Parts: sequence; C-alpha cells; structure tokens
Amino acid sequence: MEPTTTPVSATQQVKEKVTMKDIEIKGMVSAHCIIAVSIVMATIVPAVLLDDFSVYGTHLVWLYICTAGVAAVNIAIYTVLGVSPPTKKNTLSHKVTKVSKSCLYFMFSCLLFHGIIVLYGAPLLESASETFSFAVLLSTFTTLRCLCILGPNGQAWIRVFSRNGAMSIWDTSLQITTASSVIGAWLGAFPIPLDWERPWQVWPISCTLGATLGFVAGLFIAPLWIHWHRKQLTYKSK
Amino acid sequence: MRIRSSVFASFCLIMEVFGIALFLRGYFPLPVKSSVSAKSKVADLPTEPLAGNVANWTKIPPPLFKRVVIVLIDALREDFVFGPKGKQFMPYTRHLVERGPSHSFVAKARAPTVTMPRIKALMTGSIPGFIDVVMNLNSPALLEDNLMWQAKNAGKKMVFYGDDTWLRLFPKHFIEQDGTTSFFVSDYTEVDNNVTRHLDTTLERDDWDILILHYLGLDHIGHLTGPHSSLIGPKLTEMDDILKKIHTSLMSKEEEGSLPNLLVLCGDHGMSETGSHGGSSEPELNTPLVLISPAFKRKVAFEIPETVEQVDLTPTLSFGLGLPISKNNVGRLILPVLEDNSLREQLRFLHLNGFQLSRLMRDSTPAYEKDTGYEQFRIAERSHGNWMKLYLEGNTSEVLSNMGKKVLKQYLDALKSMSLSLSKQLGKYDMYSMIVGTVIVLQVLFLLLVSVADALSSSAELDLPLSSSLCSLPFYLLCLMFSGVHVMVCTSTESSCYFCSLSWALVFAVIVFVSALLCVILSIMGRKLSWGRPQTKSESSSDSGFSELDILLLTGTLGHVLSLAASSFIEEEHQTWYFLLNTLCLAVFQDVCRKYFSEKRSYKDLEDSLYQPSKDELLTSDYTSKPSSTSAGYEKWLALATPLVTLACCRILRSLNQTGVQWAHLPDFGHWLNSSEHHTELSLLAATSLVLIFFLVQRRCSMVSKIALGLGLLGVYSYRAAVGNVLFPWQQEGRAISKGIVEARFVYIFVLGILFTGAKDLLKSQVITSDTKTKSRGLWEVYSGVVLLAALLFRPHNLPVLVFCLLIQTIMTRFIWKGLQYDAAQTTIMHYWFGQAFFYFQGNSNNIATVDISAGFVGLENYVEIPAIFLTAFSTYAGPLLWASHLVCYLNSETDRSSAAMGHGCYCFALLRSIPAAVYIILATSLRYHLFVWSVFSPKLLLRDAYVCDSFYLHFLHCYGSKPLCLVIGPSKAKQSFFHILAITWNKAVYYVDFNVLNKT
Repeated sequence: MEPTTTPVSATQQVKEKVTMKDIEIKGMVSAHCIIAVSIVMATIVPAVLLDDFSVYGTHLVWLYICTAGVAAVNIAIYTVLGVSPPTKKNTLSHKVTKVSKSCLYFMFSCLLFHGIIVLYGAPLLESASETFSFAVLLSTFTTLRCLCILGPNGQAWIRVFSRNGAMSIWDTSLQITTASSVIGAWLGAFPIPLDWERPWQVWPISCTLGATLGFVAGLFIAPLWIHWHRKQLTYKSK
Repeated sequence: MRIRSSVFASFCLIMEVFGIALFLRGYFPLPVKSSVSAKSKVADLPTEPLAGNVANWTKIPPPLFKRVVIVLIDALREDFVFGPKGKQFMPYTRHLVERGPSHSFVAKARAPTVTMPRIKALMTGSIPGFIDVVMNLNSPALLEDNLMWQAKNAGKKMVFYGDDTWLRLFPKHFIEQDGTTSFFVSDYTEVDNNVTRHLDTTLERDDWDILILHYLGLDHIGHLTGPHSSLIGPKLTEMDDILKKIHTSLMSKEEEGSLPNLLVLCGDHGMSETGSHGGSSEPELNTPLVLISPAFKRKVAFEIPETVEQVDLTPTLSFGLGLPISKNNVGRLILPVLEDNSLREQLRFLHLNGFQLSRLMRDSTPAYEKDTGYEQFRIAERSHGNWMKLYLEGNTSEVLSNMGKKVLKQYLDALKSMSLSLSKQLGKYDMYSMIVGTVIVLQVLFLLLVSVADALSSSAELDLPLSSSLCSLPFYLLCLMFSGVHVMVCTSTESSCYFCSLSWALVFAVIVFVSALLCVILSIMGRKLSWGRPQTKSESSSDSGFSELDILLLTGTLGHVLSLAASSFIEEEHQTWYFLLNTLCLAVFQDVCRKYFSEKRSYKDLEDSLYQPSKDELLTSDYTSKPSSTSAGYEKWLALATPLVTLACCRILRSLNQTGVQWAHLPDFGHWLNSSEHHTELSLLAATSLVLIFFLVQRRCSMVSKIALGLGLLGVYSYRAAVGNVLFPWQQEGRAISKGIVEARFVYIFVLGILFTGAKDLLKSQVITSDTKTKSRGLWEVYSGVVLLAALLFRPHNLPVLVFCLLIQTIMTRFIWKGLQYDAAQTTIMHYWFGQAFFYFQGNSNNIATVDISAGFVGLENYVEIPAIFLTAFSTYAGPLLWASHLVCYLNSETDRSSAAMGHGCYCFALLRSIPAAVYIILATSLRYHLFVWSVFSPKLLLRDAYVCDSFYLHFLHCYGSKPLCLVIGPSKAKQSFFHILAITWNKAVYYVDFNVLNKT
C-alpha cells in the first residue's frame, strides 16, 4: 500500500477489504468443511460397504481411499472456486503442460517426503510400500493443495512459505494446514516406541492418523485464525 | 557481588554434583536383613506344631542327600537346555531331563543379572539390591548368613573349582579350591579346562560332601559373539560331557542303604540376544535348574518346566543337606523335590521354611502381625497342629490325608505371600538424605532459572546479592530452623541415616549453604518482581518472539525431559534423540533456505518499494551480482547441503548399532561387520575411517601433533590387527592373537604427547602471550588427543561414528554455526543434542549391559582398577565428551565475535544438565516404590520396573559423567586442568567398578 491516498479513502478501502475478506472467509469455511467431510466419508462409507474394513486392520485401503477422496475433492473445489492464479494463456496446450508439471511436482514431493521419512528412521527396504503410502498421503495434504492454489510455480511457493509472504487468505490457510499436517505427522511418531502394543502403534498408522488429524484441525483452525486476526492481516496486492 | 556467568555455572554444577551424590546415597536402599552377621542356629528351630502334648519331632530333619554336586554354568540360558539348542548339543542332559530321575525348572533370576549378586542370591536366599552392585567394589567376604557357612558349620566338607568370585565371597570355606580368574574375556577354553582338570581325581575321592563347579566359558563366548554363534554348540557339548562324567561317577558310587546323591545343574543368569547380561530382559532372567538324583521318580516324557525363583534353590538345598535355612532367605521350598517323602515330612519342611520367613518378617517389618502372609502362616500352623494330633493318634482315614493336603496348601499360600511381601519391602529409603539432596538440586536449578536473563545478557555477568542476604535476619532464622529440623529428624528416626552420620561441621556447612541459597533466590526474585514489570514490557517489545529454531530447541529439550516419565521412553531414549536431531537438521535447513532464498527476496522487496522494477530486471541484477562472488554461490550450495549431509550421516549411524530394548535384536550393520566372514570389509572400513579422522583433525594442529596424530592412528590400526579385529593386507587369517599391549601403549604415548603439546600451547597463551591463535590451537590439540584416545578405545566397527562426528562438526562449524550467526546459547543446545545422540550412535543404551567393558583392558596386562574404570567411562561417554570439547574449541574461536560467548555457553550447559537431573531425581523419588516391588507385578511389569531402575541408575551416571566437562568450558584457565576434570569423571564412574569386578566373569 502506498500511503499516498487520503485517510478517508484509506478507511473506505479497508472497509471494502474487510467485507471482501468476510466473503472469502465464508467461502473458505465451506470449502474446508467439504474437505473435512470427505475425510470422514472416506472412513465411514467403506466401513459400511466393505466387509472386514477397519482403519487399523486394513490401514492401507483406508489410506488410499482417504488420499483419493481428499485429492478429488480438493481439485474439484479449487477448480470450481478458481482460486488459482489467472494465467495469461488459456490454451489447451498450456493447460496440458500445467497439469503434467503439477503431476511431476506431486511425484517429486512424494519422493521427497519418502526420503525424509526414511531419514527419520523408517526402515529402508521392508515396509517401503507403507512408507511411500504415507508420503503420498502427506503430499496430498500439503503439496496437492499448494498445486491447486498456487499452481506449479516455484517462486510463488517460496514466497508463500517464507516469513510474511502470504498475499491472500488462501495463502495463510495454506500455511496453516500444511504446518498442522506436518506437525501432526511429527507428533504421531511419538507413541511408536511405547510398548503398549496397541494396533495403532504399528508403522505407519499413528503417523498417518496424526497427519490426518492435524490436517483436519488445520482446516478448522485456518478460517478461525484468519477471522480472529482479520484486522491485523493486511496483504500486499499482487 | 558480581560474578561471571561461567564461574557461576561451574559453582552451580559443583553444588549440584554434591546434591546428587547425597541423593544417590539415600536412594539406593540397603537390602532387608534381620541383622548382618547373625546366623541361624539349629537350637533355634521350632518343634513340630502340635495341639496336645505327645512327643514329636523337635530336631532338624535329617539330610535327604549324601553328596551334592552343583554345576553352575555362567550365563546358561534356559533355552540352552530346554530349547532346541539343548536337544542338539546337550543330548545326555536332555535325556536325563526327559526320561531320567530328575526335576527341571526355569529359575527366574532377578536384576541385576551379573554374577556376584546372583551367587549371593543363590547362597543366602535373599535378593541383593542395586546397592550391592554399587557397593561391592572389592567383593569382600559375605558376612550374611548363608548356605556355605551353615554347611561349614555343620562339618560338611566342600570343594570348589571355578570363578574366583566364590573364593572372595567365602574365604576359608573350602577344603580344596582352585579359582580361575576371568580377566580375559577372549579366553573360553582355558578357564573351563582349569576347572575340569580336577574333576577326575575329585570324583574318585570320598572326602567331600559338596562339590561346586563354576564354569565361565559360556559367558565368555556370549560376550564375544552372542548366543547364536557357532562356538556355543561345542561349549554346550563340552558341558554335557562333564555332566555325563559327574552323573555316571555319582551313580557308580551309589550304595544300597545309604542316602542318594544329588546333582544340580543351574545357571547364575541368562544371556541377552546380544550376548551380554546385566539387564532384565526375559532371556537374561530365565535360567535352567535341573536337579538329578536317584531319589526322584523317572520322568516319562518332556514336560514344560515350571517356573520358580532362583532363591528357591537355597531352602531346598538347605533341607537337602539337613541344614538350617539361612536367616535372610526369602525363597520358598521347591516342593516337587520332596514328592517321595511322607506327608508328615513335607509339612515339617514347609513349617520350618514358613517359620524362618515369619522370623525374617518379624525382624524387618514393624507391622508384621497384620500381614496376610503372616496370618495365613499362623492359621496353617494351627491346622498343622490339629493334623499332627490326629496323625499321632493313628488315624489313617481318607479324612486325614485330605486334611493334610489342605494344610499343605495353606502352607504354600502362606509362604508365597510372605515371600512376596518380604521382597516387596526389599529396601527402605533414606528419605532424609534424599530430601536434602533434592532440595540442593532444586535450589541450584531455581537459581539458574532465576538468573537466566542476567547470565545471558551481553556482559555475561550477574549480580548475586550474597552479602546482603548473608547479613539478613531471614538467613539466620532459616539456619536456626534447619538446624532444629536436623536435630529433630536425626534423634527421632531409628533407621540409619547417612546425612545424620556425617560430621557436624559438614552438616552445618550444608545447612548454611542451603539457607543462603534460599535467601539469594528469594532476594533475586523479589528484585525481579519489584522493578521487573516495566523492564519485561520493554523486553517483550524489543525482541518479540523466538525463531522457529528457538522454539524447537526449547520444546525439544523440555519434551525430552518430560518423556522420561515413561519407562518406554527411557528404554528407547535414543529414538527420542534421533528424532529431535532430525527435526533440528530440518529446521536448520529451513533457516539456511531462508537465508539464501528469502533474504534475497526481502532485499528485492525493499527494492520493489523503491523502484518497482520488473521481474526481468531483477533477474538480470541477480545475474550481475552472481559472477562477482562465485565463491559465495559455491558456499551457498555447500551450506544448503550441510543439513542434508548431516541427516544422511545420522541415518547411516542409526543403522550401525541397534540399541534400546524393543528393536535391539534387529540385525544391524555393526553385527554384519563383526561377523567372521566380513573381516576384510571391517579392515577396509577401519582403515578408511582412520585416514579420514586424520584428515579431519590435522588441519588445525601444529606440525608436531600432526605427525604424532598420524603415527598414533597407525598404532591404533596395528593394535586392532594385533588383537585380531582387523587384518593387514599381508596377513593371513588365523594367525596368533596377542593382547596388543605394545601397540596400545605406543598409542597412549602419542595421546599423552599430543595432550602435552596442547597443554603447553595453552600455558604459553596464558602466561607469555595472550595470543588467541596459540590458545585455540592448543585447545584443538587437546581435542585431537581426545579423538585419538577415542579412536583407540572404540571398537573397529564404531570408528565411522568418530568419522561422522568429526565430519558433522567440521561442516556445521564452517557453514552453519558461523555462517548463520547462531548465538552461543543456540550452539550449546545443538552441541548438547548432538552429544546425546552420539552417545546412542555408539551403541550405548540406558542399560548397564551395553557398556563395553573391553575398552577398560586396552593396553593393560592385568586388571588395574583405576585405569580400567577411566578407560571404560571414557569410551562410553566419548560421544558427549567429544561434542562438549568441540564446543569449547568453537566458543573459544568465537570469542572475537562476542566476548561473552564462553560464559553463555557454559551457563546454558549447566542449565541443560541441571534440568534433567532435577527431573530425574523427582521422578526417581516418586517411582521408588515401583522399582523394587519385584514379585507383585506381573513378570512383564517387573521387567520394565527393573529396567527403569537400571536406566535411572545409568541416567544418574550419565548426568554425572559429562557434567564436570562443563568445568572445561568454564573458566578458561581450567583448561590445563583437563586431567583434573577427567579425574572427576572417573571418580563419578566409580559405579562402573562394580560392573568391572562383576564382569570379570
């Protein structure tokens, strides 16, 4: 904001912005609710339809359904809402390159997460499929949303994840959900060494559950936090 | 009084060490004893209970067996006899167990599973507490009432061959003896041959009643190669042959009309999956117990053996030999042994056992009459009397035998619950000493916490209101009050109290100190509160919030401390540290990214607001700035790679040694390297590691130390080759193995030489010229001396740990700590974390069993106590020690950037040490009744609790061990006194002595 405008127009602008923001927050709340519901549905629906389905017992099945559900809902919502930055060229070829680039980014992030998890001490060879599934889940919660909102644009990513880099409430929500899912996964690793011998202590169940819970919590926290801090949040215009 | 932070921190640490020492003295309880030297006498034995006045048995029952041979095989695991290994390698014994006249049991040993407490347990029937492990440095003669004494007193002639621990415990008890020392763990044939060579002549003779054989070979094999090695099989077969020889000889001596003989096969403790012992995992606790005698019925098939306590053997043997049960016995008679005796005899034995237990209970518990076991025993005694009356009246009906069985059952129940409650109150804690110790530790902690702001200020000085509080009234009042409390406590308690037994001057000094500290803390807090408010406001506005890294460092440290409340987290503490370390690396990575990517951005943003240039222009400006500093770009990528390299190193080290409990059995790289097929790989790895160590360390040394270091590292390799761990390319496998004394001493000379040059440089910088360059070089030389010593003591497969340690230190110093300008406090916490993680990377855990005692024998001809303790302690704590010494070097080189760095680092280190220490003390106090309640909990819980005890024990050691290091960081003059500090460390490691002594087996 350049402080060249008169005080009156500045307050008007702020007011406009606040109302704008309120609408946006409402949109975000509904979008986040749909995503959260999709996770709940991914847990309930298979339990009804499939025999011997349980989150612990057939964990990988749940994980895949959950991942697919969240991914589909995310992509659908953000294409409908059109949050992603407007592109100059709207040709088919451009879209194709964008989608393929996004896929590449997604794959890359899965591998990166896999690497980090292995560095954290996950077994290298045994249960590699479980580790990779966990990496895919984490990527869905974090990278996929980034791709939906920011597009495959490295610069924008660096901007959003550097300090004070958020330019819209979507950026802030992205920061919050990403951080909360990663922290959830991180906290989820703590019960593993405990010798309670519970079914959910098996690798990677506690971590995936932690990540999921963290993500859901992030979905709810983000609009609340933005609402709470809407006065302080001033975003630089693009 | 204004003092420097470093002096203050050192002072706090000294006080804390004192507090912890006092606490520990009170914490390790003395085991239950009715009295130390009292012995059971035959005359004290009760008569058979009887409701009436007919003559009955008043004397001790006659012996059941003529001769007893006890074959004790060290570290004989239960599955070596009863499992598939036994079937394969011990055919004769298995045959006896399955078809012969025998009784087999699984005897559960108690932690600590080391030889001497186990021998004591077997012979006295009591359960030695952890204090026995700590206190028995010199293995003094056993004064308690015990089976050996009773046997000697009854005129039994005893012969002993085997581990000389017995000879020290029972001097002058044996008519013939031959002790084998077990100094060299690598010897597993000679030790046993030295026992077996006497066997033929002894078995032919008739002049003995009890023969005890203690074989050590199996334990040595376990220490060397683990329970699954190929050496185990032949050893078990050898033992089987010995048993066969003894058994046939005993059988041939068996005469009609005389009493039968008894052969006892037992183990003192088991062997963990890695081959060591000392902890309380199932394989370490479960030992076989096979009693073979013609008096027993022949078995028809293999039955799964019952579980008994190891101490149950004591009363059983006492009865078998016709001796009174020793006074402090908590074991119960193994009833199946008496299955052929009449019901009357069985009841008589049970009554005697119960009587002894009730006596012990009466002597050790004040409220013994309310104990259920005691009541049950009284009831059983009464019904026994009634039964006796009927029996003596000649009643032989069904009713009588049913009633007898009922009495028997009552006795068994009573014995069980009495034994339980006796082992439950195994220890009384010296609460007063514990409280005083805790108070001191907590006060020191509070003092440190209260003065955080001052000590970490830029001047690194703090103002202690010492004189004002020493002259204040509350100080004198407190002194008076504490003295009053002391007198009251000491006069009122009946039980012995360590703190009360101290001399008056010392106690008074402690009281004065405690009250002075309290006054100081209160006055500092008062000062903070009175004019703290405006200050805190301004502070909060000036440096608002911590960075993510600060938050991580704080929450990680605190979270780790809190996690110690759960025993699993203690068992798996390494997981916590690895996890935190990884997170730290990622956080550092984020910081680096931020520095190299978004700093540029914010710069750009600034430009944005000024000129609003287009993106293309920015890019070009970026380009133009780059060529001017290609080295900076190079640096940037290296800095970016550093945390990732560290992460990769940590991951590799993690798979080098599996520690902990739950996953300790998993195959790891260290085992792979140590197996005999991979000699070449191990040699290559060791050689490369040594070369890398040289290159990483030498760059900051003087020429002399460089050469000394190179030769020293060569010496390390030749030592390992001489010992047989690694190969020279020109050597053939299977050549003679020596102890490598010459080579090791060669290295020691260079270590001393390097330390000497370092000390000389330090002195020079201190006395002649105050030259920081000489000083930092001197420090680095001392550091490289430490590295060389570590290289010598580390097992060859652990040398990569040293390499990675040095590598991480080098690159982190170069690119992260200097590059990102972390302050002294942050660097200290990071060093502390790394040090903790490296403690576990070395393969240590919170279990005594993982201490590598072989390090104590490097370059020593014989077991020499002090050097052995020092070397063992050094090699165990090498990780934290190396990081702490590196911190000293680093902070010293940083002093030009901020003069207070050393003070800050020192202070942080003290704080980091005292927080866990205080928390451990409180936790240990609150968990104290869990630790020793052996029998009440289910076996699993028992296992865990024993473990907690173990780990607390080591934790104390741990915080102890590396604490004095801070003194190194402390006043920079203290650097020459490195030896002095190491002396403190090894003083603290006195606890290892017991371990060394015990582990001579």
